[in-house]
Amino acid sequence: MDSRNTPLLEGKRISRAFGGNQVLFDVDLALHPGEVHALLGENGAGKSTLVRILSGYLPPSSGEVLVAGERRAYGSSGEAEADGIVMIHQELALAEQLSVEENIFLGRELRRGLFLDRRAMRERCREALAELETAVAPTARVKDLGTSDQQMVEIAKAVTRDVRVLIMDEPTASLTEREVQVLFALVGRLRERGVAILYISHKLREIEQIADRVTVLRDGHLIDSGPLEGRSKEELARLMVGREITEMYPPRTQVPDDAPTVLEARDIVVPGAVRRASFTLRKGEVLGFGGVVGAGRTALIESILGLRYRAAGEVRRHDAPVNLRHLRDAVQHRIAYLTEDRKGKGLVLNMGLRPNLTLLNLRAYCHPLIDRKREEQAFQQAIERFDIRLRTEALTAAELSGGNQQKLLLAKVMSIDPEIVIINEPTRGIDVGTKQEIYLFIRELTDAGRSVILISSEMGELIGLSHRVAVMCAGVLTGILEGEQINEQEIMQYASGIKGVGADEQRRA
Amino acid sequence: MAIDLKTWGPFIALVVLAILGVLINPAFLGLDNLSNMLTRSAFIGIIAIGATFVITAGGLDLSVGSMAAFIAGVMIIIMNSLVEQFGAGLTTVLFGVGASLILGMGAGFINGVVTTKGKIEAFIVTLGTMGIYRSLVTYLADGGTLTLDWNVRDIYRPVYYDSLLGIPIPVWVFLVVAIIGYILLNFTRFGRYCFAIGSNEKVAEYSAIHVDRVKTLTYVLQGICVALATIIYVPRLGSASGATGVLWELEAIAAVIIGGTVLKGGHGRIWGTVVGAIMLTMIGNILNLTDAISNYLNGTVQGIIIIVAVYLQRASWRKTGP
Repeated sequence: MDSRNTPLLEGKRISRAFGGNQVLFDVDLALHPGEVHALLGENGAGKSTLVRILSGYLPPSSGEVLVAGERRAYGSSGEAEADGIVMIHQELALAEQLSVEENIFLGRELRRGLFLDRRAMRERCREALAELETAVAPTARVKDLGTSDQQMVEIAKAVTRDVRVLIMDEPTASLTEREVQVLFALVGRLRERGVAILYISHKLREIEQIADRVTVLRDGHLIDSGPLEGRSKEELARLMVGREITEMYPPRTQVPDDAPTVLEARDIVVPGAVRRASFTLRKGEVLGFGGVVGAGRTALIESILGLRYRAAGEVRRHDAPVNLRHLRDAVQHRIAYLTEDRKGKGLVLNMGLRPNLTLLNLRAYCHPLIDRKREEQAFQQAIERFDIRLRTEALTAAELSGGNQQKLLLAKVMSIDPEIVIINEPTRGIDVGTKQEIYLFIRELTDAGRSVILISSEMGELIGLSHRVAVMCAGVLTGILEGEQINEQEIMQYASGIKGVGADEQRRA
Repeated sequence: MAIDLKTWGPFIALVVLAILGVLINPAFLGLDNLSNMLTRSAFIGIIAIGATFVITAGGLDLSVGSMAAFIAGVMIIIMNSLVEQFGAGLTTVLFGVGASLILGMGAGFINGVVTTKGKIEAFIVTLGTMGIYRSLVTYLADGGTLTLDWNVRDIYRPVYYDSLLGIPIPVWVFLVVAIIGYILLNFTRFGRYCFAIGSNEKVAEYSAIHVDRVKTLTYVLQGICVALATIIYVPRLGSASGATGVLWELEAIAAVIIGGTVLKGGHGRIWGTVVGAIMLTMIGNILNLTDAISNYLNGTVQGIIIIVAVYLQRASWRKTGP
């Protein structure tokens, strides 16, 4: 075999299931030296699972991983790193209390005799940071850095290793435009050095700029793979989604022109997160919230609900001012909130399913002692109404699949019979089938005259479900789009601050 | 299904220990010995029931031993000073009891508020108050011992030494506190919230639970339990000093842990705690009845049992789950 054509890293017929939920089906992927390979797919398509398998974080259920033609069965990511396969995480994996240089050399500290060779480490760290054109100091503590600087440290950490294959999982999610360009220049230099690069993103514009080859995943299946040349952006987008958006989303509820305003926020200020944001929500409407992660959408909503400190602003319910100082007050005003962090904030994972379901509205089951029989009844009703599927008898919330956890969480917040339902990233990390059920459920909510606020990073969701879309950028609510304005390009422009309120102000800053 | 070791472990251990006791000395099962043992375990037991709530909700209270000493000291001073006015009668004792409960609640409230509003770890806050209460009682006693008026002592004495239906009064108090604790932890909103907060405070907050309020309440409850334990402790010796209640906090925590409550919160069991408290006293009792092991090694045996108990609850059994 010609050694030049042997891929540096190759996955053959890789499959993976979590519990009963299969997320990858016989996927092939080959990375060649000096090539930037883009991996495309919607959220939940299986991209992250695939790269975690390739970089040794996760074993495949079946299929094999080859490095330079040799079979490997990694027991840990350390073994993959020894082969020169380095991954930059989407979620930052840095030790917060340590300094930048300590992080960069964590686990492979340079030593002189028994002691750390601090000077050499600082020197190499400085070089790496200089190559990234970032102003981060090697001695700065990671916890004091902003998200984009932390991302740069993560990248520096990867490139200071003896890297042969570099895997980047959505590295630009929290970077500014300028930082993205610096990163791309670095990627170019690594490519010239013969490094194989796997670049995961769903931003097609970026892919066009740097990729040599693309692979598209959809719902865990390999859909398309080949050179970028000859594949248009539109075609790739269609391959990624695989179906017309209209098929995926139910038609919207008709909202009459004179629908009353049920919730209004005026000039909300959250220090360090939101600058004077205002919006209204009408009865029967889905109001989408778009913007990049960290734009202040969650901070805005949570400050309204009393979950977060608010420096200024007024919240009005049915045209009367209300003072929501604790989530309990919001619940009393019949506002329900579905957090985006299902496992960290939504469900008590080591608790049973019934107590999880009734936790938000427990007083309804107390007179004054908890009525366990009624709790059980409520649970059976929830299973039926929300189609929660229990594998045998699951004992704790941790044992449910992502989709079923989301349904349990939905059942939990619906237990207060809300008029307003605020849903944050409703379909993160769940399978397509459950996604569609959740979309239908949102439609049922608005049909029943309830109002929905939908915070989502999935463009398709915002476009397919919302009556209006509010877009935020760096803490500023840049605009509220309606009708024809609701399309990918327009949302992107408001989300990046090119268009809309405060755009000038930001350009100056 | 096999016996659930996590639930029944403490009970099985208690039975094994009891059998061991009988084998060593048949007098172990004597009515006098049993009732004496339960009476002694009542102090730690009552305090440990309060601690079960604090620990289940993810907190910790190191101040209970000093708090007991401080409350005992103040109680004695108050009762002694009221003798002139009310005489050595029931009124004086009731004032003492009332003062004890108020002090307990107040001290618990301070622990709770400083932890939650000040956002300081419970370990640090209660380590601080532990030192404060301990030094306050030493100061009040002027480095010596506070002694209860002899006439008052005669009136108050039965609270520790008398029996009702053949069962000593401290054991009754222990039992009643345990039953109330059991209902509170397992059948009320407050109890459910303790579990939720101890498991994941963020989830509790996002479930519209007043987290600070519930946590503070657990410390207040702990304070009340300490006050109750002090009320039955004072008539036993009729005195208090800087050495009163030393290391009670660790015994209480040990009883809670042996009983199967998880130290980092989220899971608590009242009956386990009751068994844990009895076991700790039983170890000392058995060592008293035998010459095989020196009485001075009481702490060693207790220490080994605590570690083994927790090991049995945590080790390999975990792996049977999915």
